[in-house]
Amino acid sequence: MRSADRPLSPHLQIYRWQLTSVLSILHRAAGVALSAGAILLVWWLVAAASGPDAYDGVAEFLGSWLGLLLLFGWTLSLFYHLCNGIRHLVWDTGHGLELRSTYIGGWLVVGATGVLTLIAWIAGISSWAS
Amino acid sequence: MGSPLGRAVGLGSAKEGVEYWWLQRITAVALVPLSLWFVIAIIRLAGADFDSVRDWIGNPLPAILLVLLLIATFYHVSLGLQVVIEDYIHAELTKIGLVIIVRLACFALAVAGIFAVLSMAVGMSN
Repeated sequence: MRSADRPLSPHLQIYRWQLTSVLSILHRAAGVALSAGAILLVWWLVAAASGPDAYDGVAEFLGSWLGLLLLFGWTLSLFYHLCNGIRHLVWDTGHGLELRSTYIGGWLVVGATGVLTLIAWIAGISSWAS
Repeated sequence: MGSPLGRAVGLGSAKEGVEYWWLQRITAVALVPLSLWFVIAIIRLAGADFDSVRDWIGNPLPAILLVLLLIATFYHVSLGLQVVIEDYIHAELTKIGLVIIVRLACFALAVAGIFAVLSMAVGMSN
């Protein structure tokens, strides 16, 4: 068997799901989603610089159901990637790497992401309504 | 030819890993306050019309912070997507091609965003 054909570890089909690995791959998925969101940011800025007609086009898309759904997904991704990114920065200092700490930190990140997303959308909707 | 291990031993690293690692962390640290500021700013702008948005970007502080956000974001995006590509794409040409496309796209998007902000901030736009 050539080395390239050997099975790779971990064997995803039989691996038991666990918080640490799920949060790890979600960090990456959120990062990729945010990269797409960064294109939206540039589109919004270029439209605003181009004039009222171009800007209204972007604003209309963002106010549609699809636009709002994408914005919600990006808010969730942003807060998750932000909170978990801070968790990564703590790890970079050499702290919080014990098994127990990784689980405590992981659940803290999940909780903070939910709370921050909720606060942002309540504030956003009340700002929109006023 | 020897085994894969035999071919790799003694070559060492490219010696550029530390700088990559640092830049990813520096941009990450910069993005903590910048992205929080941006979310708060967007919440306050929710439902705002064209004129209010232009008024807002016309101020120096939002304009400066937007430019910094664009620089940090697209630097971070190019570093992050490069790792994702290198992890999952194993065909050498496709991998290098995608990394080049991501890098150039990030550079172009950052320039477009920064130019848009500056043109509004100094009143060049319509």
